[in-house]
Amino acid sequence: MRTYHQLTDPDGSGLAAQIGAQRQRVAERLAAVRRLVAVMSGKGGVGKSYVTANLGRALARAGRAVGVVDTDLNGPTIPALLQAPAVPTPPAIGLDGVKCVSMGQFLDDGAPLAFKGPSAESFVWRGTMEASAVREFLGDVEWGKLDILLLDLPPGMQRYVELCDILGTPPAVLTVTIPTPESRDAVRRAMRAAAERGSELLGIVENMVGGELKGSAADDLAAEFSVPVLARIPWHPTPDTWNQLASHV
Amino acid sequence: MKFLCVECDQQMAFAERQIPGDGTLAATFKCPNCGRSVAMLTNPMETQLVSSLGVEIGGRTVPPEPFEMVRANVTTGGRADGPLGSPAWSSDAQERLGRVPSFVRGMVKKIYVDYARERGIVEITPAIMDTARAELGLEGM
Repeated sequence: MRTYHQLTDPDGSGLAAQIGAQRQRVAERLAAVRRLVAVMSGKGGVGKSYVTANLGRALARAGRAVGVVDTDLNGPTIPALLQAPAVPTPPAIGLDGVKCVSMGQFLDDGAPLAFKGPSAESFVWRGTMEASAVREFLGDVEWGKLDILLLDLPPGMQRYVELCDILGTPPAVLTVTIPTPESRDAVRRAMRAAAERGSELLGIVENMVGGELKGSAADDLAAEFSVPVLARIPWHPTPDTWNQLASHV
Repeated sequence: MKFLCVECDQQMAFAERQIPGDGTLAATFKCPNCGRSVAMLTNPMETQLVSSLGVEIGGRTVPPEPFEMVRANVTTGGRADGPLGSPAWSSDAQERLGRVPSFVRGMVKKIYVDYARERGIVEITPAIMDTARAELGLEGM
């Protein structure tokens, strides 16, 4: 009896063609985007979205056309950080003209993300559903021409891996950490995974500097991965802080 | 997933898709050589997994709309027709529920709603009620 890979005739189900069409849709949409940068950490609560939003604004003030995809589907904060109004069809346009799409634009205020479907063993399909939502965010938004599209990632590595699969090419990565050794250790794992996947590591942003948080996470990681520390963000940054970061991206 | 007609050593081809509305899916595949058919029957979880990929077995009849999957599958809360993820009731099912004595109607309704939610059923019909009764041993409800 022949096995799976020995059956090569089209079976009429159209599944492979549909998956191919989805990838093509993303590729065509992103063809008008000059640069993709994923803002990631591997550690929660370090201010990835805060850095993403303010970096986006600084880039826009410098004359760049900027979009942000909020891929944190379960804790979307980009619309609030950019003060982007609700619109029937994304992208919404936030502060300084930064365009964005976020699951927050599809949810009622305060409502958790929930999908229709069988509640029992929902872990079987929920990850796939989330990846499909991200694919639609990448493929269905009419951005127009963009100089840069920032991808704001949730904590952990799952979304980064999904993005690599959806995009076909690993995006460049900007890493955010706070000074503590705990953050350094979590971020190290994420950076290693990104490097192993072939992402360009642009550098490190150290957030929440100058307060109670002690450590040298940014310097340690910079030395280990041979990348620059692009910015150290104090607790009360000024527009110049972000402008300086934007000049490196 | 592919289907092989073992006797003919031929790959079977998709022939027909049915969506009964109870969260399940039936797809028929046919051997191009001998004409034998098999039906692939997926449970609600398996159906949802295919659906969550944004594809349709047998191909799409219309091109996808922007944000189609998100708009169709995200329950945003605060829906007018009931709590998060509540299935709808067909008029026949509502009428039948109305014949249940009022002092147990709420409990009976909850049983059907829980049954439907667990299986991804989006609309409760008399047929779904019959199936639930048989599966759950609720004769007389």
